[in-house]
Amino acid sequence: MIQFDRFSLANGLRVLVHEDHSTPMAVVNVLYDVGAKDESESKTGFAHLFEHLMFGGSVNVPSYDDPLQLAGGENNAFTTNDLTNYYCQLPAQNIETAFWLESDRMLSLAFSKKSLEVQRKVVCEEFKEHYINKPYGDVWFKMRELAYKVHPYKWQTIGKELSHIENAKIEDVKNFFFKHYRPSNAILVVAGDVTTAQVKELTEKWFGDIPAGEKYERNLPQEPKQTEPRRLEVKANVPLDAFYKCWHVGSRLDSTYYAMDLITEILGGGGSSRLYQALVKEKKLFSNIDCYHFGSTDAGLLAIEGKLVKGVKLEDAEKAVEEELTKIKNEKVSESELEKVKNKTESAIAFEDMSVMNRASSIAMYELLGDAQLMNTELSKYQQVTVAEIQKLSNEIFDENNSNTLYYYAN
Amino acid sequence: MANRTIAPKIIDPVEFDLHLKPYEKKTLDNGIEVYAIDAGAEEVLQIEWVFFAGNWYEQQNMIAATTNFLLKNGTASKSAFQISEHFEYYGAYLNRGCYNETSTITLHCLNKHIEELLPVVQELITDATFPEDELKLYKQNNKQRLSVNLKKCDFVANRHIDEYLFGIDHPYGKYSSAEAYDAVESDQLKAFYDQFYRHGKCILFVAGKIPANLFTQLNKYFGSLPLNNKTLPEIAHPIVQSSNIGSPIRLSNDPDGVQGAVRMARPFPNRHHPDFLNVQVLNTLFGGFFGSRLMNNIREDKGYTYGIHSYLQNHIHSSAWMITTEAGKDVCDATVKEVYKEMKKLREKPVDDEELLLVKNFMMGSILGDLDGPFHIIGRWKNIILNNLDESYFYNSIGAIKSITPAEIQALANKYLQPKDFYELVVV
Repeated sequence: MIQFDRFSLANGLRVLVHEDHSTPMAVVNVLYDVGAKDESESKTGFAHLFEHLMFGGSVNVPSYDDPLQLAGGENNAFTTNDLTNYYCQLPAQNIETAFWLESDRMLSLAFSKKSLEVQRKVVCEEFKEHYINKPYGDVWFKMRELAYKVHPYKWQTIGKELSHIENAKIEDVKNFFFKHYRPSNAILVVAGDVTTAQVKELTEKWFGDIPAGEKYERNLPQEPKQTEPRRLEVKANVPLDAFYKCWHVGSRLDSTYYAMDLITEILGGGGSSRLYQALVKEKKLFSNIDCYHFGSTDAGLLAIEGKLVKGVKLEDAEKAVEEELTKIKNEKVSESELEKVKNKTESAIAFEDMSVMNRASSIAMYELLGDAQLMNTELSKYQQVTVAEIQKLSNEIFDENNSNTLYYYAN
Repeated sequence: MANRTIAPKIIDPVEFDLHLKPYEKKTLDNGIEVYAIDAGAEEVLQIEWVFFAGNWYEQQNMIAATTNFLLKNGTASKSAFQISEHFEYYGAYLNRGCYNETSTITLHCLNKHIEELLPVVQELITDATFPEDELKLYKQNNKQRLSVNLKKCDFVANRHIDEYLFGIDHPYGKYSSAEAYDAVESDQLKAFYDQFYRHGKCILFVAGKIPANLFTQLNKYFGSLPLNNKTLPEIAHPIVQSSNIGSPIRLSNDPDGVQGAVRMARPFPNRHHPDFLNVQVLNTLFGGFFGSRLMNNIREDKGYTYGIHSYLQNHIHSSAWMITTEAGKDVCDATVKEVYKEMKKLREKPVDDEELLLVKNFMMGSILGDLDGPFHIIGRWKNIILNNLDESYFYNSIGAIKSITPAEIQALANKYLQPKDFYELVVV
């Protein structure tokens, strides 16, 4: 059970405090309710580029990093299709430094041209390092475009193409900031060796005078139900053929989320999972195979991917995957197999909760979903999943008309 | 109203009095040492069995790594699938890792399941069988994985730079190949297993919220095994450095590559050398954290790369000082030039007090944060113990951070940051 207190400021900033006096550290986590899904299709990759610019100096403080490091702190940030999260950890005595830095960059950035110029290049190198200069690095650009026709999940967080980042203008940066980086669009979580009273006082002092701004109302086109299979083939300079297939699944708050998560564990989690045992160990068709889902806020994707053993045909590999899916659709999983994946989930949650930094970011993410208290009911929701639900949901998800298949051929 | 132009007052972390929580040490009936850190709020445990069974002790490439990997792929009474299923059923993670001097089996689990798990870990240490079909599959899949990795410039660069530093026959310098995988025979694995696991030398590291009967349990399952009876063979591995030190090496790996992997490295002594702790401070200033000289110049000013780092390699016998980055193909040479420029600046001009204080405070805050939680604390102890050091190493490292002066940093830069002593490699 993770305990926390909650209050909000007049400007709309939501604040949650998680006291843990066993650590000498404090964590300040600021989550902004903006991700790649809020970009326009002609300016993709912007939410992530913007994350970099948040370290380029704010209106009253020329450097974010230097004063934090001087106070003994460390920080980082990440952007997803759904959200942007900034977190720092520092000795609890110096926590006011984090309030000063985070509040000033929420008040306003410096909008430095030099920072934009440099970070455009840095992000282009990040793009190259992870998506161009890596074998199979382009797969999810293609798969997302295949699976999503309408919803902005059709592009990756890094963006559709380098040119979108290269063309970013300082005007775009300003507009984005005042549209999305307002207190009413943010969740502040403070955790560690702090008290709620202290956090209240510091939050009022540093965040209280930031103008509320205009509330951003998100209105995204939802993906219509897919009604026929989609297939794509590519050839690239890679050593092995690879198989990718994905299916649409419900949103993060859908009641089927827990059964769906467990299905991916049954099929692809670890050395005793079904796909690994049948297709890598017994039939020796794949040299590796994984099954996972994206955990996205809006309706997401469940994916199976693997590299083929040399000489195996993609058609045969796909057939063998389908046989495993037929099995989970036609036959109930055993109670003990379901128990196994529930136990794995229980222990994964316990290990995740060990770090105060993880607890702080979980609180923020669950609050974004609607209520931080949700994190304390997760385990019981997993425990309620039945073998009948696993079977029913498998039949809904693994419908060929709901599928997107990519054959990735080695040149 | 807050005055935003003035930084809030801080307590300089360099003034902190840091303590490393002492371990509790016990010895099993057969002499296995158990180091334990009892801390944390969650009912979880991490148990690590460290064997002196790294590639230092193998007589043929890949024997140590393959033996370690296949430990959980079959015992006298269980198949690979049954072993995986057993650990996974109890929500436990059983990992193994092969390093240079040591190899490990690591168990993470909820306390309530420990008694179901320890007997099977015992079985892995006494009864692993290394089935032929598991070995065959391992070879095939690893060769395939290697073929993918060999397309990546960073992977290729890492192999070459280690080879330059230590020589292709040295445990720190050798690397995998399809031929090396092909040459592995199951009899070799069984012999290595018998000598270095079943009758090997083992140390245990335990951390978490430790149940009262854990030691009794460990003694029951591991205290009567024939471990720690024989002395380890003394094996000397001479370092054979490549002669191309101090001159640029450029390799082409992928004609379509858009980035190059830059590796610059010099040999460096191990943790027992008197300069080691002070050089850790110089390294942090140079390229060891986000606010370092290299990061500020090459990422934050020039935008040549997503990240650039320097560090001392984590080796027991002999280390190396390494600078790594992936930079745009067209700016690799410019990146190398800037690295040398930063070395020169450190040699010629003492760091000013303000910047040094920032580095010191950052390092102290980082250690304080890293001492949080049982797994981190045992990790520090493991490092100290396996390197034949004692707790004074921790307190000396804090002392070095607190007391090092700009003049000492400059002297170290002059001693160690000389371009002629560095291998300089770019792989595109």
